[in-house]
Amino acid sequence: MTYEEGIFYLVAAITVIGALGVVLARNIVHSALFLILSLLAVAGIFILLAAEFLAIVQVLIYGGAVTILILFAMMLTRVRETPAAVDGPQRPVAALAAAAFMATSILAVVSTEWPGNTEKINVISLDQIGRALFTTWAVPFEIASLVLIVALVGAIVLARGEEGE
Amino acid sequence: MTFLAPWYDLRDLGNAVQALLDRIRDWGAPDWVPYAVSSLIGAVGILLWVVLSVLAFIWIERRVVALMQNRIGPNRVGPAGLLQPVADALKLLLKEPITPRDADRILFWMAPIVIFIPTLVIFAVIPFGGRMVLADLNVGVLFLIAIATINTPAVFLAGWSSNNKYALLGAMRTIAMLISYEVVQVLALLAVVLFAGSMRLGDIVAWQQHYNVWIVFLQPLGILAYIISGAVEINRSPTDISEAESEIVAGYHTEYGGIKFGFFYQAEYMAGFAIAAIITTLYLGGYTAWGLEKWVPGWALFLGKLYAVFFIYIWSRGTLPRLRIDQLMSFAWKFLLPLSLVNVALVGAEVLVWDETGVSANVALPIIGAVNLVFCLVAVVAWARLLGHGAGRQRGRRALLTKEVGVIHFEPAEGASPGPAGIPAAQALRRRSGQA
Repeated sequence: MTYEEGIFYLVAAITVIGALGVVLARNIVHSALFLILSLLAVAGIFILLAAEFLAIVQVLIYGGAVTILILFAMMLTRVRETPAAVDGPQRPVAALAAAAFMATSILAVVSTEWPGNTEKINVISLDQIGRALFTTWAVPFEIASLVLIVALVGAIVLARGEEGE
Repeated sequence: MTFLAPWYDLRDLGNAVQALLDRIRDWGAPDWVPYAVSSLIGAVGILLWVVLSVLAFIWIERRVVALMQNRIGPNRVGPAGLLQPVADALKLLLKEPITPRDADRILFWMAPIVIFIPTLVIFAVIPFGGRMVLADLNVGVLFLIAIATINTPAVFLAGWSSNNKYALLGAMRTIAMLISYEVVQVLALLAVVLFAGSMRLGDIVAWQQHYNVWIVFLQPLGILAYIISGAVEINRSPTDISEAESEIVAGYHTEYGGIKFGFFYQAEYMAGFAIAAIITTLYLGGYTAWGLEKWVPGWALFLGKLYAVFFIYIWSRGTLPRLRIDQLMSFAWKFLLPLSLVNVALVGAEVLVWDETGVSANVALPIIGAVNLVFCLVAVVAWARLLGHGAGRQRGRRALLTKEVGVIHFEPAEGASPGPAGIPAAQALRRRSGQA
């Protein structure tokens, strides 16, 4: 086992532990913090794949922005008064659905033909990413930003509406 | 910098390290040994420098702020109070670690550590000299922003796990402010990246060296926005509302004592140095200074600039009163954000025109600098007036209130011809009520 593999398994283990923590933690704040751990560990996998840009953006958006929003929502709502675990009779069904999804994912990974080993790592520069994003993929990029703007405006309209002016 | 410089060429400490690594390689060590040794040297060097600088600056800051406020400051422990920081650190180490009964124990212990690491990691990408950089990532600028965001969950950890309403309030304030000022910060950095055409910090310094210009002259608005949002990020007065002691005790670290508080304190100072280092690198030419780096060590220039920038924060702390949270928030969203957006668009247009026309840098850069300086001045003044904060133009609530109450009533006709010198306050009131 090379040391790259060692690092990969370490990072992957942290990701899985974080993901399990999200589901299994009794306290919803602990769940959110496990989510941060899991998302940050994914950034480690991106670094192993020589995708520095993706890794940093993962930390920036998922480790920073998204989790901050979750934490903010939890601070504004009264987390302590909600029941510790939201359980119900759906548990076996949920387990079945999760298992089916996992089986499908594993099947997809196993049945795919991966490119295999490579001697040279192609590092894609920021310049290339930027050019691709703003020329070849400009329309999807703009659509994504439009969707975000719509969501933002909608959130503001909803929040303002409740005050009743 | 040439790679063949002898080890005693200490203008760049990278030379000495390189010589050591070559020696190790000559001994026939495997490839990873020099790699690990160089990382170790860099990490230990940065850690040592940061800790010593923090110790020194705790004393300097307290003495300087005391001077500004007509006090003496610490002068009892050691000569001129020089050992005061050491005494403080010892005191913090010896104090009993108290954990509140209803605190979330694990998270409570984790928070000081989690907040400490990212602030230290930032220095990894900072070029202290031509070859004195631990990891010159090609996404360096993004790395700076990303690492800074990790602070936010750490602050939340501290605030939430203490199970204290003031701690939670402080954490909430911090998060609200950080996500507001982060936008401004990113826009300011974006303008710098547009100029340099690279996110690698080494390239940005090299760009400034190549064109013999510090980006501060091209980006007066950018550095203003960055200094202000930096002050918010490192929680320093006048923007330290997340630990405003007159409002919410000590904010998110209310419940922390002993060395755990020491960690927060140290992390805050380190973050201050990190912000100063980023400003030095991106705006003030890093380790270069118009050819002066040939005679003076680059790292000494870098540290000098860094400490000068940090002094701005000490200065503002000693002179300015703390702002309210609503003032800070509206300043970010209504003032800095629109100006930064326009600034980015302006810089983008300038760089594009420069590229398209192919004018030489000696012509283009002074023009760009002048345009941006004028834009900065005009935009700041005009936008402030538009928002009703112009100098001498405040139609405050006070005039309206006195008029409503009807205690003082002046005829507007009287205000037209200034009467004999009376009480200044009454004159001011008359002027206001005349306007209102």
